[in-house]
This record gives sequence, structure tokens and C-alpha cells, in this order.
Amino acid sequence: MYRYDEFDQTLVDERVVQFRDQVQRRLSGELTEPQFKPLRLMNGLYMQLHAYMLRVAIPYGMMSSEQLRMLAHIARRYDRGYGHFTTRQNIQYNWPKLPEVPDLLADLAKVQMNAIQTSGNSFRNTTADQYGGVAADEIEDPRIWSEIIRQWSTLHPEFSFLPRKFKIAVTGSPNDRAAVRFHDIGIVIVEGDGGEIGFEVLVGGGLGRSPFVAKTIRDFLPKQHLLSYLEAILRVYNQLGRRDNLFKARIKILVHETGTEEFARLVEDEWAQIKDAGVDLSVEEVGRIKAYFAPPVYEALDADVAEFRAQRDADPDFDLWAGTNLAPHRQPGYAIVNLSLKPEGGPPGDATADQMDRVADLADTFSLGEIRVTHEQNLVFAHVRQADLHELWTELTAIAMTTPNMGLITDTICCPGLDYCNLANARSIPVAQRISRRFADLKLQHNIGELRIKMSGCINACGHHHAGHIGILGVDRKGEEYYQITLGGSGAEDASIGKVIGPAFSEDAVVDAVATVVNVYVAKRKDGERFLDTCRRIGPEPFKEKLYGAH
Amino acid sequence: MALIKDGAFVDDAWTTVGDDDPVPGDQPAIVGFERWQRDRDQLLARGAPLGVRLSSDQPPALIADDLGHFDVVALEFPRFGDGRAYSYARLLRQRHGYTGEVRAVGDVLRDQFLFMHRCGFDAFEVTDQTEIGHWQQALSEISVVYQPAADDRPPAPTQRAAT
Amino acid sequence: MNLRTLTANRLGDGAVVYLTGDGDWSRSINDGRLITSTEEGDDALRVARRCLEAHAVVEPYLIDIIADTGSRRPAGTRELIRSRGPSIAAGVPAEQR
Repeated sequence: MYRYDEFDQTLVDERVVQFRDQVQRRLSGELTEPQFKPLRLMNGLYMQLHAYMLRVAIPYGMMSSEQLRMLAHIARRYDRGYGHFTTRQNIQYNWPKLPEVPDLLADLAKVQMNAIQTSGNSFRNTTADQYGGVAADEIEDPRIWSEIIRQWSTLHPEFSFLPRKFKIAVTGSPNDRAAVRFHDIGIVIVEGDGGEIGFEVLVGGGLGRSPFVAKTIRDFLPKQHLLSYLEAILRVYNQLGRRDNLFKARIKILVHETGTEEFARLVEDEWAQIKDAGVDLSVEEVGRIKAYFAPPVYEALDADVAEFRAQRDADPDFDLWAGTNLAPHRQPGYAIVNLSLKPEGGPPGDATADQMDRVADLADTFSLGEIRVTHEQNLVFAHVRQADLHELWTELTAIAMTTPNMGLITDTICCPGLDYCNLANARSIPVAQRISRRFADLKLQHNIGELRIKMSGCINACGHHHAGHIGILGVDRKGEEYYQITLGGSGAEDASIGKVIGPAFSEDAVVDAVATVVNVYVAKRKDGERFLDTCRRIGPEPFKEKLYGAH
Repeated sequence: MALIKDGAFVDDAWTTVGDDDPVPGDQPAIVGFERWQRDRDQLLARGAPLGVRLSSDQPPALIADDLGHFDVVALEFPRFGDGRAYSYARLLRQRHGYTGEVRAVGDVLRDQFLFMHRCGFDAFEVTDQTEIGHWQQALSEISVVYQPAADDRPPAPTQRAAT
Repeated sequence: MNLRTLTANRLGDGAVVYLTGDGDWSRSINDGRLITSTEEGDDALRVARRCLEAHAVVEPYLIDIIADTGSRRPAGTRELIRSRGPSIAAGVPAEQR
């Protein structure tokens, strides 16, 4: 993975000093809250319901074991012993104290991490497919270009005060595991007609109050021009994006109001003027960054690992896990392992400091000392020998990270909701917990098959509810929590926005409503159909009938 | 209000003139874009230097052909969060080749000073006059930049290539 | 008018606090001053603004409360959660703690 050089380290260290000064000025009273707020927000520090919340970036989801140990240390030393992994490959701490945040950031900087631009109206953490460099279906490693974007977008002088926040996601595979079509810019690495590698560029995706699937504005961008093309998009947006209405300020609204073709034309016009103006990196610099992502030295192994096969045959629990939580690796004899952060009854995406430490140790033993975070709020070991899987599974089971539920109904995406968040209208974690208990039976989950529930505690949609096969949105009705259900969304390459099925359900009724929806699917599905497929085929009526028919 | 130029508080020789106020005939004056459009000939007939002020919804393309008439282009930040003028400043410098003074006016704060400087601003109307050192510190506290802009700081990729 | 009290977050740790009768701040809503009129509300806000200027708290505002014998609770889920902390066990499922 990428390692900071002296330039990267200097910037992060200087940023810590700068923020320490800003905090000092706030505590001494030199700065008022209205003056300090934008400064803390530029460094990922929010005021939530009960305390400050600090969001730390995990660039494109990549962490070393050393970094994860530091995250554990921070959870213990500055917080209450746990952290929350988010849908944007960040980690959030819910209880830091303002006077201690500069020290916390200094500790992060020691392991090449930071909270720069994890909030505010600028570039946020660049996210990517968590299987970068190892996926069997990958065209090229998205992490190289994510790191290039990370650097270019850090403290960009022209684009630090955009109309609204700005999120970029990159995938190197046709199977989209990074929800790129719901980002301000989605970048898909593609193979051109002549076999050369380049980018399909999509803009204007997003969730929130007005969800949009991103539109392609360029089918093929030659690789070397990525940054100049991004700069052109951002320059158009910075000048023309709406600043009169917070809710209409994202680039999705500009693209929608301008029209995709016209927007693409504006970008192409701007790009024509800057494509050779020195924004793009030299071949050497791209090569320098690429070298950090060179494939590790793998052992030459048979694709068929007899030991692994025998262990699966002998142990049905292990077999179920292996069939559910592993993904194909490009290297024969290896596997990609998903660590579930969705145990029965647990807050989705949370990990304790002890769990983080243990995962770091296991990563050292089994996966080249490297851990990844997924936008679905799970962890990944990307380089595990199949022969080691049973031992790893045993160790992970001891820390409750082997729930065999990847992509199943209890693998819920979930925002912090009204238990923590200042913006939320309703709690989401308790609903996720109840769903995970209701469907805890593994036979039942596996019988239902792939079903992605995504839940947000407010319209801002941090929990991606629009993109859930079943989406749940918490709303406030006169101080009471209600939950609106949407059906048919998808965050993958077949991206779609779920449709509201009808009136919202009370807190007591929402889990039963989900069960009713599932029952309709099970009754109506044809062989091999996922929930989403059935839902798309039969439309909303059969679900409505069962949910509301009696009334 | 004070003016920062070349790392110091300086006397401002320029007067900013409202759209319906009389323009002094013999002193440097900055007028709004509407005034420039309306009174172009009279303004040019004066014997004194002229500047123009653009609000944040007036891109510099509007005055691209007239830049030779202006010694100052003032770009407005109606609030610090309105970042359009960053693009305008770069366009003035890098697209239109403007070499006169590009002045930041409005909500100009030291936390944005470095960004403004990098985008090509070289004069700053500010209300915080406490200490010039604070402003200078804002330019030096982050010494690494990753992107080329309208300044002469060498971006990290360029420096890496040189080492 | 509804029974009210005044809440804010403490500057240093962001903790939820309530303005007491003698102008101090308490972590417990039961120590919060009871506000029964617009004038009392304005007075509480004035005190809070002074604390704001002294950099003790941020974002003070009035909330509706329900007072039974001896104890008080805020009306509405949001303020109830603010007063009691997250409604869920953190980090790990409750049964494993």
C-alpha cells in the first residue's frame, strides 16, 4: 500500500500544528463558535447529540495493521473503546474531547493518517472497491488512481469552498462494489476499443433529498488525463453550482438542471483549454505511486487446495462461512476474506478497540499485515492462503467476526441515526439490531438469499436507503419515530433508486413490515431470482397488498 | 478596512465607487461591472487608473476583452464559503493572462489566505488588522502543495521529480 | 405554556448540560431550572448567552419537558436520547458485554 514520503508527512504534520492552534484559539476564547465551526468542520470534527464526533479518513479503505492498532489505541485513549466504520470508508469516534483532539490527530499522523477534509464543502475521502489489486474480475487496480486523486484533492486551493461537499469513488471492475453511481463523480476503469486502459467518467450521482444515478459524460478518458479532466469538471461546478439553496447545491442538481449533454459539453470545453497545462501527473510520478501497489509476492500454489476442501467437507459451519464470506482472488490458492461487522444484535459497522487489535494481529499472521474497510461497513483480509482459512476462521469466530451473512438480510448498512447524530430524525441502529435478531436463523437468511437492507435515520441518506433492495428511512412524526420503506434500489452496477412503497410504519411495526415484504418475495420468486430481481419483475403491487391491503 | 500587499499593510490608493456615485476624475477608482458597461467611454476618458469589481456571479469572461483598461480587478467573496472567485482568479491569471492587481474583497479571512494567494490574488482587503504576522503565518504554515495553481510554489510531484 | 428547561453542549467535551436555577450547568436534567413563562425563558437565554460568550457552552436552546413527581424528562425522542445517552449498547451486542 501507499506510504507517505517526506512531502505527504510534512503536510499532515503541519496540518496538525495548524489545527492545534485553531483549537487553542477556540479554548482561549479568541475564536467564537461561529468562527471556529467552519475550521473544525474542515478537519472532520462535528458536534453531535452527546459529544464531539471525529471522522478519520481511511483512504480508499486501505489500512496497515499498524494503522489499525493506532485506531484501537485512539478508541481507548481518547474515546470509549470503540469506533464506527462508515459507508464512506471512514471511521468515526463518538466521544473525543476538544482539548485532546490535537493530540489525537498527532497520534494519527504518526501512522500516516488524518482527518483532513472529512467534512466541509470540499473533496471528501476518495473511496474505492475494497478488492482493489486482488479481485478476479478487475481490469486495473483502482487504488493507484484513488491515491492520485487523494493527493490532488488535498487542500486544493481552487476547490476548497465548493457549493457543497464532493465525493469521488473509483472501481476497477465491471462489478461495482463501491457504489460509484451514487457519487458526485464515479470513475470506472474500462478497456478501450484498442485494448488500452482508461476511464469511464460518471457525474451527478447522489442520494440524500434528491437521489440521482450518475450519468456518463465520457465513455473513455485516456488514463494520463484523469486529473485535468477532474479539474475541468470541478471548475465548471465551482462556478455554476447553485449557492442559493443548500438543498440544491450538489453537482447532481447542476447536471440535472443543465442536462447531461450540455454539462458534458461545458466540461469538454474547459478541459480542451487545460488538458496540456500541467495538471496531469508525469508518467514517472504515476509510476512512483503505482509501485506502492505492486502485487505482493505470493506463494505459487495450486488453484485446488485439498486441505481447504477437506475442511469444508468436515465442518458445516466453516463451509457455510466459506461459501458466503469469501470472494475469488486473482491468485491461485488464495482467497479474499470478508470479516462481518454485523453480528447478531450488534450495531452495524462498530468495532471495539480489542477487536481492532486482534484483527491487526490476525492481519499480520494471515494477510500480509493489511486490512480494508468496505462501504458496506465490513472489513476485508485481501491475501489469505486457502490452506489458512480454517485457522483464521477459528480465530475470527472468537471475536464475533465470522457471521456468515455477506450480502444477506442481516448485513445491513446503517447510519448512526438518532442515537448519536445531530441531523437524524429517528434511530436506525436499534432497528438494524432487531432485524438482525428477527432473521438470525442462518438457514432462513440463506434461504432468502441476497437481500441488501440499507437504513438511514434521516433524508441525508448516509445509510444509502435509496440504494437498498429494501431501504428504510427514519422520519419524525410529532416527536415519534416512523420508518418509510422503499423497494427496488441498488447500489451496484445495475444502480437504481428504490421507490417508496406506502405510508411509514411505527417503530413497533417496521420489522414486521420487512418480514412481510420478505414473505411476498419468497412466495413469488422464480428459481434463481434475487429479491431485487423479483421486485423488479412483479412491481410494488403485491407488496403493497400484503402491507396495506387489510386497511 | 485595510489592504495587504506584498506581505504588509499598505495605504490603499484606490477608491471604490458606487454605481451612482461620482467618479473622481484624477484618482484611481474601482467601479462595478455594471458601471463599466454603462459609462465605459466616460471612464476611459478620465486621466486616472481604472479598476473593476466583479461580484461572485460575474465571471471574468465578461471583461476578458477589456482587461487592458484595468490596473485592478477586484473579486468579491460575499461570504467566505462562496468559492467562485478562486476559479475566477485563476482564469484571470492563467486563461486571460492578466498581470495587473487581483484584489480579494468582501469576507476575506486568514484561514483562506493561502488558497487565495495560490489562485493568483495579490492584494487583500481585510478587516482583521491585528497583526501582519498572523497573515504571513497563514501563508507559511502549510508548506507542501500537491497541485499546480497560479502561484510559483512547486507542487510535490514536481519536487519529487527533482530529488 | 409548556414546561421548559434550557440545554446546551459543553465546549470542552460536548457533553449535554442543563442550566440550573443559579446559573450553573448540570449534566442532569433534574437539576435544570424549570421555565414556566416566556419571561423566564428569555431570562434563561440571557444567562446562557453570557456563558456562550464566556466560552463555557455552545448552542443553547429551550426544550419542552414533562415533569412528574420528582423527575423530569424531555418531550420528544431526540431530547430524551440527549438526556439519557445512546439507547443502544456501544461496540458489541449487549449479550456479549
